[in-house]
Amino acid sequence: MRVGVVTFPGSLDDRDALRAVRLAGGEPVALWHGEPDLKGVDALILPGGFSYGDYLRCGAIAAHSPIMAEVVDASHKGLPVLGICNGFQILVEAGLLPGGLIRNDHGDFVCRDQKLRVENTDTVWTSLYEHGQEITIPLKNGEGGFIADSETLRRIEGENLVAFRYLGVNPNGSLNDIAGLRNETGRIVGLMPHPEHAVEPGFGPDTDVAMKSGVDGLTIFASLLSQVVSQ
Amino acid sequence: MAIVVVEVMPKKELLDPAGKAVANAIRRQGISSFTEVRIGKRFELNVVGEVTAEHLEQAKALAENLLSNGVIEDVIDIRVEDSPA
Repeated sequence: MRVGVVTFPGSLDDRDALRAVRLAGGEPVALWHGEPDLKGVDALILPGGFSYGDYLRCGAIAAHSPIMAEVVDASHKGLPVLGICNGFQILVEAGLLPGGLIRNDHGDFVCRDQKLRVENTDTVWTSLYEHGQEITIPLKNGEGGFIADSETLRRIEGENLVAFRYLGVNPNGSLNDIAGLRNETGRIVGLMPHPEHAVEPGFGPDTDVAMKSGVDGLTIFASLLSQVVSQ
Repeated sequence: MAIVVVEVMPKKELLDPAGKAVANAIRRQGISSFTEVRIGKRFELNVVGEVTAEHLEQAKALAENLLSNGVIEDVIDIRVEDSPA
């Protein structure tokens, strides 16, 4: 199964996302923002970073880049898309997920291992988690405060579109502790924390068992691969 | 020569952490006459010659589709100004 990762000018975590796909058993495919060609991939990841230097608004210019018209079109036809951090910001700017992401309420950049609760396993990216499972993956952003008007927020909660919620202290003022969303079909998921940084023992968050042994993020990529195999 | 000016502000009901940080800096200067600061954006779209109705229509569409995000921001004003020399 071929999983594309789009690199924009200013993407940082594209290599880590490609590596996570490989560790999960998929074939990673590097894609470039300026070429409107998805190379026939079976799924797509928009990686973290600071595309276009966060000019205008985080993710706004990337959302209008040549490849995104293809991504929007393919996602409407059911292509699974995962947006991580800046990729999540691009998805909301492109209108593929509801709401918006603004500067953290305390004004500071946050970088830490973050506890989350998996709120929805009815997506191609979370199907191998258990409902309500608590996971720990890195979080690192300055503009991760999720907001939406009250009507949109009611719809998000009513239709169970919350995929992940922050546990413990809310790191950025996100409404309803929302860390990640899915769309109505469960094929598009976006989240601020970084699953691709918790996929290999020795390089993940600390756990009760051993330092840097956390691989809770790998399940996201494994979920995708299991879906396609079972189809 | 003229410019079409587009002004965008964060929505009133949303927290503006950057504005809050500036408000705190003002207070640290010993000035207490300003209660709140909000930071918005001003875009200057340069036009060669006269600004036409078509320019304004394009600017309005751009203001809504690209220059602002209606979820978090409002377009406050679109107007024509003389280009600064």
